[in-house]
Amino acid sequence: MRIVSCLLRMIALATLLALQPGVASAQGADEAFTRLGADSFSDTNRAIELLIVNAHPQAAAIIEALAAGRLLAGAGAVVIKTTDGKILDARTGSALAAEPAGLAPVRLNNGVRRTIQGALGGLGLLNPDPAKRISAAEAVFKSRDVALLPVLEGAIAKETDAKAKAALRQAQAAILVAKSDAPPFDRIAAIDVLRERGDQDALATLRSLPADSSPALKEAQGRAVSAIEGKLALWRAGQNLWYGLSLGSVLLLAAIGLAITFGVMGVINMAHGEMVMLGAYTTFIVQEVIRTRFPGLFDYSLLIAVPLAFMVAGLVGIAIERGVIRFLYGRPLETLLATWGISLILQQAVRTAFGPTNREVGAPNFMSGAVEIGQLAITWNRLWIIVFAGLVFAALLAILKLTPIGLQMRAVTQNRRMASAMGIRTGRVDALTFGLGSGVAGLAGVALSQIDNVSPNLGQSYIIDSFMVVVFGGVGNLWGTLISAMTLGVANKLLEPYAGAVLGKIALLVFIILFIQKRPRGLFALKGRAVEA
Amino acid sequence: MNASNPGALTSSLLYLDGVSVSFDGFKAIRGLSLTIEPGEMRAIIGPNGAGKTTMMDIITGKTKPDVGTVMFGGSIDLTKLDEAAIANLGIGRKFQKPTVFDFHTIEDNILLALKAPRSVAKTLFWKTAAAQAKRIDDILGIIKLGDARDRLAGSLSHGQKQWLEIGMLLAQDPKLLLVDEPAAGMTDGETAETAVLLKEIAKDHSVIVVEHDMGFIRELGVKVTVLHEGSVLAEGPLDVVSANERVVEVYLGR
Amino acid sequence: MISRFLLQNMDKRGYAFLAIVAAIGILVPLLNLAVPAGSPLHVPTSTMSLWGKYLCYALLAISLDLVWGYCGILSLGHGAFFALGGYAMGMYLMRQIGSRGTYGNPILPDFMVFLNWQELPWYWYGFSSFPFAMLMVLLAPGLLAFIFGWFAFRSRVTGVYLSIITQALTYALLLAFFRNDMGFGGNNGLTDFKDILGFNVQAQATRAALFSMTCVMLIAGFLIARGIVVSKLGKVVIAIRDAESRTRFLGYRVDRFKLFVFTVSACMAGVAGALYVPQVGIINPSEFAPANSIETVIWVAVGGRGTLVGAALGAVVVNYAKTVFTSGFMAPYWLFALGALFVFVTIFMPKGILGTAQQLWEKRRKPAPTATPEPAPAE
Repeated sequence: MRIVSCLLRMIALATLLALQPGVASAQGADEAFTRLGADSFSDTNRAIELLIVNAHPQAAAIIEALAAGRLLAGAGAVVIKTTDGKILDARTGSALAAEPAGLAPVRLNNGVRRTIQGALGGLGLLNPDPAKRISAAEAVFKSRDVALLPVLEGAIAKETDAKAKAALRQAQAAILVAKSDAPPFDRIAAIDVLRERGDQDALATLRSLPADSSPALKEAQGRAVSAIEGKLALWRAGQNLWYGLSLGSVLLLAAIGLAITFGVMGVINMAHGEMVMLGAYTTFIVQEVIRTRFPGLFDYSLLIAVPLAFMVAGLVGIAIERGVIRFLYGRPLETLLATWGISLILQQAVRTAFGPTNREVGAPNFMSGAVEIGQLAITWNRLWIIVFAGLVFAALLAILKLTPIGLQMRAVTQNRRMASAMGIRTGRVDALTFGLGSGVAGLAGVALSQIDNVSPNLGQSYIIDSFMVVVFGGVGNLWGTLISAMTLGVANKLLEPYAGAVLGKIALLVFIILFIQKRPRGLFALKGRAVEA
Repeated sequence: MNASNPGALTSSLLYLDGVSVSFDGFKAIRGLSLTIEPGEMRAIIGPNGAGKTTMMDIITGKTKPDVGTVMFGGSIDLTKLDEAAIANLGIGRKFQKPTVFDFHTIEDNILLALKAPRSVAKTLFWKTAAAQAKRIDDILGIIKLGDARDRLAGSLSHGQKQWLEIGMLLAQDPKLLLVDEPAAGMTDGETAETAVLLKEIAKDHSVIVVEHDMGFIRELGVKVTVLHEGSVLAEGPLDVVSANERVVEVYLGR
Repeated sequence: MISRFLLQNMDKRGYAFLAIVAAIGILVPLLNLAVPAGSPLHVPTSTMSLWGKYLCYALLAISLDLVWGYCGILSLGHGAFFALGGYAMGMYLMRQIGSRGTYGNPILPDFMVFLNWQELPWYWYGFSSFPFAMLMVLLAPGLLAFIFGWFAFRSRVTGVYLSIITQALTYALLLAFFRNDMGFGGNNGLTDFKDILGFNVQAQATRAALFSMTCVMLIAGFLIARGIVVSKLGKVVIAIRDAESRTRFLGYRVDRFKLFVFTVSACMAGVAGALYVPQVGIINPSEFAPANSIETVIWVAVGGRGTLVGAALGAVVVNYAKTVFTSGFMAPYWLFALGALFVFVTIFMPKGILGTAQQLWEKRRKPAPTATPEPAPAE
């Protein structure tokens, strides 16, 4: 460690020197190239130092090539091989016609790699690109190397970009806090800078304050630490809440179709998970077709998959209802068994057609990446899924409230016999309900293809959770399903940090089992005599 | 546990006061008050939705009232008990739609209803004693199903099921019988026979009969309570009640 | 007349069942041990163990039929009771390994040594004793069923809701037993057994004894279940299945009757699991998988629910078919066949093999003497 820090000190010094033109000597640079050709780690280390000390114009390019193993040396020549295969003279950066014979890549060991890292850090602080300067400052912030302090100070003085300046100041503060011989006033100011930054790294840096620091310093540090901890706890809660909402929206998508069929027909459709799976595989097929035929449309693949998945799953659902379930009216437990059988058949059919392994479903551009709000990391795909779940929920609500078929569905939910007596064709309502519920499951499949493995078992992993959501939420009320899904999602994620993922889930299952005892028909159950009839 | 209980709050066998219950905002029963004396037979009539069945649900513990008092035998608060406990106190119920155990024989239906310990252990090691077997025979004779005793109850006609259910009530030997539309779906002959049977039963039991059939009520010849929109509209002998203007209005006016 | 006839017929069927199981229990071990391996009459040990497994499933199926066929409780978590009984037996077998494990620790099973545990968790105490372990085979599933049922039946959770929470129960246990810190061997479960009551579990004679024991337990389970079913309590339970609220108005505490039947059934499932483990040689969390419990339901449905004998028959038939199917070129189609079986039986054969056969036979003898009631509603 001492050696490394010593080296870095030298590099820092060198970089400082590099700020003052005219000190460089051509001789030193020549020695650097000789040493690069010597094929010994210590020579290579020295060569890197020399390049920086002498502010060689090609220093950055050479060190980067070295790090990537694209620096070749031997027989008095040192060349850089670019990623596209061109050969450049390392000294001048000009292209060579042919690769000189007898060259071998300059080898690296961990010592050399460390030297390279320090050198790149020092180089990066002075990089013309502000983004590079910021990431270099971040690296220094983490390494907290005292040797880089002078370089930092120089860089801060020169800096014009506000963001880069803040990053450099934070790096400087990180070093100052731990530097016992720095002026106390500067160190207290540094603590303030870190407190301002307020993240996990700042906290770690503050904790590195030496134990023998003055009481004033310690007090300032203590206040900053607790302030940051408070803030971080809030952010963490926020992050968990976000994860919870995200999980809740996934649960909502998976369960809401089930809630509709269960509400209207009193039937738990065990093949519901497989409708989700069909939706996911529909997305996969759409993307395959787009990839091979119309690559330009890839960003619209999900948009195209949404109606198709709805139709595929919905039609399969109607087929199941007409082909099996309608023969089992009034026998909900038998229906449960028959639909389980159908789920086995569908799983095996998909396994036969697409193989048992996971299928790759890509994310369109607008769904990849993440945005950071303060300490919150929000991935675009999760955000879109929440939006999508909201849209699906609103659409279903509108269908149930505003359309004639919705009115008929609600009538059948509340009193099947009465609805039938009033001329509602309950058979048709059942088929359409089942189609709608299954179609929505297909939509869930499109969303899940973005965050989960698309495999024949996809549905199985969601079916029990979906049951829990429906049973917890109660029948005949979509809002119940919404609240239930969100409650379970958030509770799950809030429990996770304390109990771990598995125990948290077990706790929730036990909670629901106990909850059902208290309210056997869920949070929002229909009441009255009709229910028991 | 019986009407002569020194702690009795009332001498009535059944005492309902100010009972109300609502389902999702709909008031099925509002401020209902009713008393039944020991040994009394009472007929309850009222249009559909008057709250007749809900009233029975409340007495038998299926539905809990929102407010009001329901006392049995003077001192027992029925609102605190569940169906099984209330049945074991001696309140039997015959449902509007005959519900017998379709997959049991007629004899077994009576056996299940027969007054006997209801605990798990006692039923697991049950042996039918001679006296009990005779009681079953007697009841089968009364309800005229003696020859069909080994048939499954599910194979009976509607009228026969009604009688079987009355037979089950007899076997229970309750202090109070709640009988919901015993004559529904019966031929005139059967209806008349049922009336005779009920009058016979009323000799040593208290009975509440809910019925639509005015002819049947007339045949019973007992005090009548008219329910309307969940409360008592009129009470008295059938002639008096049917002369009541408001009753006529409720039944015929719309 | 029909009832008397049915009852008699049931008895005949019962006797036939008892005779067959007893004969298998005596003959198969004899043909395995006494007949030389070359003889065509010889039953290989592997075949015997395989059928021993089927018979354990038959006992599990009878236990499920008791609650589903007679009491109308569709339990989708009976595999949990089976697995708990199996784990109790597995824990005994683990303790019997003693210092012969890979790590040679005289007290701790291998997986605990591997996890760096220093001492035996308290819930493993006593499992070195066979009587204690057998008590736990009954108590662990029985207690779980009692507690679960006490809550569920008292608050009148019925029908689909009850089925779903029984499924949640076994799912929660599945997740729990997968955890290493639970102290039940995590993912790998309990295996590498050596001795049972001092006899080598791999030995042919031990296997034969286990097979006979399975037959004895199957007979005992059948007799107990039948005893319950034909008693007055059985009549109450059927009454609950067909008209729960009517039964309540007759003064029966429906929750207690359900609880009794459910608990007895769970104990029976536990015994089946305990016999299963030494014959199969392993118990792991996958026995808790909800799919296993649902498969058990289909055995009962195939054989004919509410018949006891049918349940056992269904378990053997379906599992034999599974073995045949999955060992040949048809293997990839087994799930299609199983799925189709679920659909076919529920739609076309709601009374199962036994019920349907009986119906056909009756029709032949007396063409429709009286109207028979509609099939019972499932709830």
